[in-house]
Amino acid sequence: MSKITDAREAVMVGRRSDGTLVRRPLSPHLQAYDMLQMTSALSITHRITGTIWSIGLVFLVWWLCAAAAGESAFNAVQWVLGSFLGVLGLMAVTAAAWYHTLAGIRHLYWDSGRGFDLPTTYLTGRAVLIGTAALTALTWLIMLITWI
Amino acid sequence: MAEPSIRTLRSPLGRVRGLGSAKGGTHHWWMQRVTSIALLPLTIWLVFSLARMPDSTWQEATAWIGRPFNAVLLLAFLAAAFHHAAYGLQEVIEDYVRGELTRIGALLAVKGLCLLLWLASTLAVLRIAV
Repeated sequence: MSKITDAREAVMVGRRSDGTLVRRPLSPHLQAYDMLQMTSALSITHRITGTIWSIGLVFLVWWLCAAAAGESAFNAVQWVLGSFLGVLGLMAVTAAAWYHTLAGIRHLYWDSGRGFDLPTTYLTGRAVLIGTAALTALTWLIMLITWI
Repeated sequence: MAEPSIRTLRSPLGRVRGLGSAKGGTHHWWMQRVTSIALLPLTIWLVFSLARMPDSTWQEATAWIGRPFNAVLLLAFLAAAFHHAAYGLQEVIEDYVRGELTRIGALLAVKGLCLLLWLASTLAVLRIAV
């Protein structure tokens, strides 16, 4: 491939499946494509929150194993989870868990073949965001009321 | 009667089985849906249960875990959650990790880790409950 002299050539840099370069138009991509649309942003957030929730499961395993191991081990976990960083991490996992749960319901709704038109997609997307905020706030309200 | 003709390179038996090139068919996709439906009520129960015990002592926590109702739901949650997590992380790895060896290595590591964490947490619940 020669040096690019025309700016339009920048969207003519394709790659074959083995990774080698080929001159052909790219699918709508990076500069040409709006990456911050709600649909795509919520889609990748579903994967990210799923991964965060999976990591959060490790803390549940730790909590359960410590409870089985004995009182001193359990007190150590409770101290870590009750510390500033622990509470911050648990808040993040709570939000991720609620987002992944609500977005999961959205996916099951899609699996039934419904809700693919744009107005409904944006409506359910906003519902997921508002629901996540509401359920996260409710969870921590319950926790703080019990704690204090 | 016209002669039976084959217009595809796939054998009739292969098409009937519907397992595709991955030999798994829709099993992975379907199990991800089944576990997600199971996890819906279980997650709501677990999150709100844990939210109500932030300052619990060891005695209170083990008493809660040991109650048969809670122990059964915990065991069900752990099984569904680690199955769902392993399958979900598998999709993420298959989509983003390049290179055959790295990908297989990552997949085996994640699956092994999920299995071990599930066994450890399940054993913990059983030790407290039984």
